[in-house]
Amino acid sequence: MRLPAFWPLPRTWQGWLTTALFAFMYGPILVLTVYSFNDSIRYTSVWQGFSLKWYESLFQDTRIFRALQDTLFVAIVAVAISSVLGTLMAIGLAKYYFPGKGVYRGVSYLPLIIPDISIAVATLVFLASMAIPLSIWTIIAAHMVFCLAYIAVVVSSRLGSLDPNLEEAALDLGATPAQALIQVLLPQLMPAIVAGCLLAFVLSVDDLLISSFTAGGGANPLPLEIFSRIRNGVKPDMNALSVLLILASGMIAALGEYLRYKGSTTMAEQFKGDDVCAILLSCVGMNWVNDLPVRYPDLQDPGANRRFR
Amino acid sequence: MTASPTSKRWHFSPLELSQQFKRLLGALTLLAPSGLWLILFLVLPTLLILDISLVPGLRPGESGDGYGLGNYSRVFNPFDAAFDSVYLQVIGRSLYYATGTTLACLLMGFPVAYWLALMAPRRWRNFLVVAFILPLWTSSLLRAYAWISILRPSGLLNSFIGWLSSGLPGVQLPEQAWLYSSAAVLIGLTYNFLPYMVLILYASLEKLDISLLEAAADLGATPRQTFWQVTVPQTLPGIAAGCLLVFITSMGDFVVPTLLGGASSMTISRLIYNQFLGITRNWGLGSALSMVMILAVSMMIALLLKYGDRDSVKEA
Repeated sequence: MRLPAFWPLPRTWQGWLTTALFAFMYGPILVLTVYSFNDSIRYTSVWQGFSLKWYESLFQDTRIFRALQDTLFVAIVAVAISSVLGTLMAIGLAKYYFPGKGVYRGVSYLPLIIPDISIAVATLVFLASMAIPLSIWTIIAAHMVFCLAYIAVVVSSRLGSLDPNLEEAALDLGATPAQALIQVLLPQLMPAIVAGCLLAFVLSVDDLLISSFTAGGGANPLPLEIFSRIRNGVKPDMNALSVLLILASGMIAALGEYLRYKGSTTMAEQFKGDDVCAILLSCVGMNWVNDLPVRYPDLQDPGANRRFR
Repeated sequence: MTASPTSKRWHFSPLELSQQFKRLLGALTLLAPSGLWLILFLVLPTLLILDISLVPGLRPGESGDGYGLGNYSRVFNPFDAAFDSVYLQVIGRSLYYATGTTLACLLMGFPVAYWLALMAPRRWRNFLVVAFILPLWTSSLLRAYAWISILRPSGLLNSFIGWLSSGLPGVQLPEQAWLYSSAAVLIGLTYNFLPYMVLILYASLEKLDISLLEAAADLGATPRQTFWQVTVPQTLPGIAAGCLLVFITSMGDFVVPTLLGGASSMTISRLIYNQFLGITRNWGLGSALSMVMILAVSMMIALLLKYGDRDSVKEA
C-alpha cells in the first residue's frame, strides 16, 4: 500500500534516525518537565499525580532569587560593554591593515577555542598575582573576554557580506567617518550585533567554570548555586527551576530567530539563501567552516534535490 | 642632502601627515579597547600560567622549589621519582571520552545532516535545523541534570528495563548502575555535542552539488558508490571541522564528567579544577596540565587549518 504524499512519516532510514534523534534531543527535557509537576514527597520516578508544589517551594527560595539577580547583573553588564567593544573590534579588523593583525585576530579567536577551564584557571592566577580581590566585578571582567570574542566573530561574518560601497558613498557625500559608521554601517550590522549579544548573554548565563574561579565569596551566580545543589543528587525543586530556565532560554532563542528573520526581510538583498546556516554557524563560533574550500557552487534549481530522495 | 627613495617614503606633506594621524586615531579607537582587554585578561594570564607551570610545588602561600620542568616531568617522564601514572591515565581517559563522543556524533550526525540537507521537505528544512540545535541554547548544566534523573539507579531507564523484563516473558535484562559510569559520561557528552556536529555537517552537505550525484548515478554508480566516492570526499572539510570541534570541546568539558561520571571518571579538566578549587591545591601542577591542554588544542587547530589549505591547493 502506498502512503499518501502528505503522510508525515519518514520514508527512509535516515528520516527515521532523524526522528529518533529528535526524540533523543528533546526526551530528557520532556522527562524533566513531567517530573517537575510530580506530586511526590521525595524524588521518585513514579508518577503520583499533578502538583505545582515544587514550583511553590522554588518561588519561596530566596537564595535562588539572589543568585538569579547576580547572574543577570553579570550577563547584562558584560554583554552591554562587550557589544560596543566587540563591534568596534570587528569593524577595526575589517578596515585596517597593520603589522601584527594576524596575531590580534588569532588572540581574539582564542576564547572560542581554548577550553573554559584553561581560561578560568589563568584568570584566577592573574587576579591572585595582582592581588585583586574577587567580587562580582571580576566575574564581569572575565566574562567580557569571551563575550567580546563571540560578538566580534558574529559581527565579522556579517561585515564580510556587506557592500563596502555604501560607506564610501556616505563619505563621498560629506559624512564624517563617525557619521558614516553610526548612520550607515551600524544599522546594517544591527541583526548580527543583536544575534551576537544574545549568544554572549546565553553563554554568560550558562557559564559555570569561569564564574566559579572568579567569584570568590562576594557573588554567587545561578550556575554555581545549581551546581552545588545537584552534584550530590536529584532535587525536585531543581526540576521546576530547570523547566523555567529552559523556557526562558527557548524564548531568547526564538527572539533571536525572529529578529534575524525580520532583519532578513527588510534587508533581503544582503541575505543569501543559506544565511540561516551561516548565522547559526557563527553563533557557535564556527563561521570559518564556511570559508573552507567550496568546490562547486550552489545549484539554483529547487527541484534538483527531489530526484535523490 | 639628496633624499634617498626610502627616506622619501616617510616624507609627508602636513596634509598627508594629518590624514595619517586621523587614520591611526581611528584604528586605535576601534581596536585598542578590546585589544587592551584581551591582553590584560587573556594573554597576560596565559603567560602567567606558563610561568608558574615551570615552578614545581607552587601552592597558595608557598613559593615552590624554583624554576624547573618538574611539573611536566611528573606527568610525562616515567623515570622521574615523582612520576605518577595516574596523570597519564587521566589524560588517556579524557582522550577516550573525546574519541568516543566524536565517533558517536559523527555516526549519528551524518545521516541526520544528510537527511536535513538533501531529503527533508524544502520548506521545513530551516525550521528542522533550528529545532535540532535549539537545545544548545539551554544550559549545559541543566541538560546534564536531566540525564541524572534518567540514568540514576531508581531512574527512568532502569524502570523501563524492569518493565520490559517483567512484561516480556523469557527476556531478562539486567538493571544497571548507569549513573557514575563511563557510559553515562559518553551519553551525556554525545547529547551535548550532537547538535554542533549536525550543524556543521549540514552546512557542508548543503553546499554539495546535486548534479554530481546525478552524474554518478547516470554513469552507473550504485548509491553506495556514489556516497563513498562523491558525497564523502566533497564533505570531507566539514567532517574534519565537525570532528575536531566535538573532539576539542568534549575533551575540555567539565560539567558532564563531573555530574554524570563518578570518582572513577576523572578527566583532565576535573583534575585541573581540583588542583585549584579542590583539595589538592597544587597550582604549579594544575598550570602545567592546563598548558598541556592549550598546546594540544592549538596543535589540533593548526592541523585542521593546514589540512584545509592543502585541500584548497589540490582544488586549484
